[in-house]
Amino acid sequence: MTRKQRRLTLIGCALVVLAIAAGLVLNALRDSIVFFSTPSMVAEKHLGPGKRFRLGGLVEQGSLKRGDNLAVTFTVADGAATLPVAYKGILPDLFREGQGVVAEGALDANGVFRADTVLAKHDETYMPKDVADALKKQGHWKDDYGKPSNMPSASAAPTQGARR
Amino acid sequence: MIAESGHYALVLALALALIQSIVPIVGARWRDAALMNVARSTALAQLLFVAASFAALVTLHVTSDFSVANVFENSHSLKPLLYKITGVWGNHEGSMLLWVSILALFGGLVAAFGNNLPLSLRAHVLAVQAWVATAFYLFILITSNPFLRIANPPIEGRDLNPVLQDIGLAVHPPMLYLGYVGFSISFSFAVAALLEGRIDAAWARWVRPWTLMAWIFLTLGIAMGSYWAYYELGWGGWWFWDPVENASLMPWLAGTALLHSALVMEKRNALKVWTVLLSILTFSLSLLGTFLVRSGVLTSVHAFATDPTRGVFILLILFVFIGGSLSLYAWRAPALKQGGLFAPISREGALVLNNLLLTTACATVFIGTLYPLALEVLTGEKISVGAPFFNFTFAPLFVPLLLAVPFGPLLAWKRGDLLGAAQRLMVAGIVALVAIALVFAWTYGGATLAPLAIGLAAFVIMGALCDLAERIALFRIPLSLSLRRARGLPRATWGTAFAHAGLGIALIGIVCETTWNSEYIGSMKPDDIARVAGYELRLDGLSPRQGPNFREMVAQFTVSRDGEKVSVMTPSKRNFTTRGASTTEAALLTRGASQLYISLGDTTADGAIAVRIYHKPLVLMIWWGPVLMAFGGLLSLSDRRLRVGAPKPAKAAARALQAAE
Repeated sequence: MTRKQRRLTLIGCALVVLAIAAGLVLNALRDSIVFFSTPSMVAEKHLGPGKRFRLGGLVEQGSLKRGDNLAVTFTVADGAATLPVAYKGILPDLFREGQGVVAEGALDANGVFRADTVLAKHDETYMPKDVADALKKQGHWKDDYGKPSNMPSASAAPTQGARR
Repeated sequence: MIAESGHYALVLALALALIQSIVPIVGARWRDAALMNVARSTALAQLLFVAASFAALVTLHVTSDFSVANVFENSHSLKPLLYKITGVWGNHEGSMLLWVSILALFGGLVAAFGNNLPLSLRAHVLAVQAWVATAFYLFILITSNPFLRIANPPIEGRDLNPVLQDIGLAVHPPMLYLGYVGFSISFSFAVAALLEGRIDAAWARWVRPWTLMAWIFLTLGIAMGSYWAYYELGWGGWWFWDPVENASLMPWLAGTALLHSALVMEKRNALKVWTVLLSILTFSLSLLGTFLVRSGVLTSVHAFATDPTRGVFILLILFVFIGGSLSLYAWRAPALKQGGLFAPISREGALVLNNLLLTTACATVFIGTLYPLALEVLTGEKISVGAPFFNFTFAPLFVPLLLAVPFGPLLAWKRGDLLGAAQRLMVAGIVALVAIALVFAWTYGGATLAPLAIGLAAFVIMGALCDLAERIALFRIPLSLSLRRARGLPRATWGTAFAHAGLGIALIGIVCETTWNSEYIGSMKPDDIARVAGYELRLDGLSPRQGPNFREMVAQFTVSRDGEKVSVMTPSKRNFTTRGASTTEAALLTRGASQLYISLGDTTADGAIAVRIYHKPLVLMIWWGPVLMAFGGLLSLSDRRLRVGAPKPAKAAARALQAAE
């Protein structure tokens, strides 16, 4: 083989691998990304049951109820609308009423959000980024939410969560 | 007084870095040995001053001097000594100081041990190193000064984030930074080579030990961080595809590729242009990681927007260094001479394939990490890219890589014999098939992909052993001769085998943990029994306990199997009074490579406590793998050819002699 042919082989291989990777990425982006909504966005968009999304907002004061066998229900509010959430399992340490929360799951037929993952961040001054942005947009932002938070330095996982 | 000295030492280090940025380059242009040698002394002096500055901050933290804002915000007088020290880098300012300290350390090492480098190359390398250092000194002094005083010193500090009060913080960030920042050396070498317009096999031999060292630290740092997250966060996950984790994985993937392409360059003088590009990209990804973690852009776009000084400053550093080095590359790389020829099927070809797959995998991680940020900035739409994305893109690219791994070392340089290599890997293939059959039969009706993945892992491990067996002609010549051959093998060969086998070990751990992990979640009262994976766990009782700066509720479990008591486990839930925060301390019981894992939830009014119990089969192999890889790297680093130093190329030697006179 000449130098030129060898180089062409090389470039050909590279293109094939890149094409496969691009296909995988596009396919995965279509199927496996999850959109973020607040309760009022859920009401606006009329999200149907079964469609997975991330729900963010504040846990409404006094709404947390514990049932049998680790079942919990609480209400997520964003100032304009509220949405009931049902979850079964252990809530993260920093889950509190009045604090920001992000839950992942889908609506059921009764309009209750069935969460299989509940996330809270490892800092009492922290509010999940999505929640902070959404609240800010709707004018419910209070300045003390955004106090400088100490991110774990380069550490593996600042998020704390619970998964069923 | 100590704070001011520390601050002043940092300013002096900046001044030294400025001198080191300019004088050696001028010296190299004028062929003036005295000016070029300035780089050596300034690099060492810089290390001295930064070390003094770092020591000052440590002293302030240890003595709990709350008149310094950084100490007040992150320390507490009752905190144990270890966490007073590690708290130094448990915050933004301190961790940036650690970053530059390590940068200065590497600069100092090149200055101290780079005596066999041509004078002009060393001058260029240290000058480039000083450019990076200058940028980060300015960043610290302008936006994140750790030595700021408070006008009215408070009596007590606000304590360190409880999650960080763990031995993991003592080891993980320094390790990770030694890796991140270590790649600055190969970056400096690459830029120096472009500036000089000359690059050869000797260059690769000088770069390789530094890259290898950085890679070893990064490997251990990532593994350590993963284990830390596993036991500290309390829900048994060890990798979350979180952007902060991806930020460390990307330089690792690029660095691994660099390690292999530098090998081709060292042995065969080929792939020069590509190796230089990879050196630049690897450090660029390290800088990107620093930006992602340090600018606050991940925590909140809001934080980034209200206090943009830090983020914009790092973004600026990012643009200057990545843009600058890539422009320099585009301008000078075509001038670099082409290297040796090789057939597609050859050791070089295999290493090119390795590079291709690793960099592509790195690119998918890059897209998955930055796409949500880019989409939000451009359209305002918020999405999250989670584990499924990476499982669908990263994993399919790693499968062919793992399949190819055993073939690489068996192929000859220049032109290889694929069929011959396949024949020599016959044993590994058979073992892999047997493993697939056994696992499939044993878990009949279960997951179908898992047995295949285990077979792949067995193939990788056996492939590494086959390579060794082949080299010492095991069973073909008398055993004593084989053993003598084994002793005579270069350590780099042993290193390769260990590192590749480590990959297989880690894969087994990952597959077993994700596929056959069993869990129990429920609320338990004293004397309740939970059954998980053949173990019986009885909750004996709950008791409160007072720690140095926290109160905790400790639960005691008696673990038994088949009626016999195995051990006692004591998970706890800690409440840190100063910050009003609580953490979950999981209890781990190691049985072989498997672990039982208990973490606690909330207590209910009737005295029951929520409990999460996992049995994680072979989970420890996930971290043994990287440790084995790092050990392989260490063996390779101690190889004779890297210790004795590279032979000087004739031209460079002549120039060096000239310069020395």
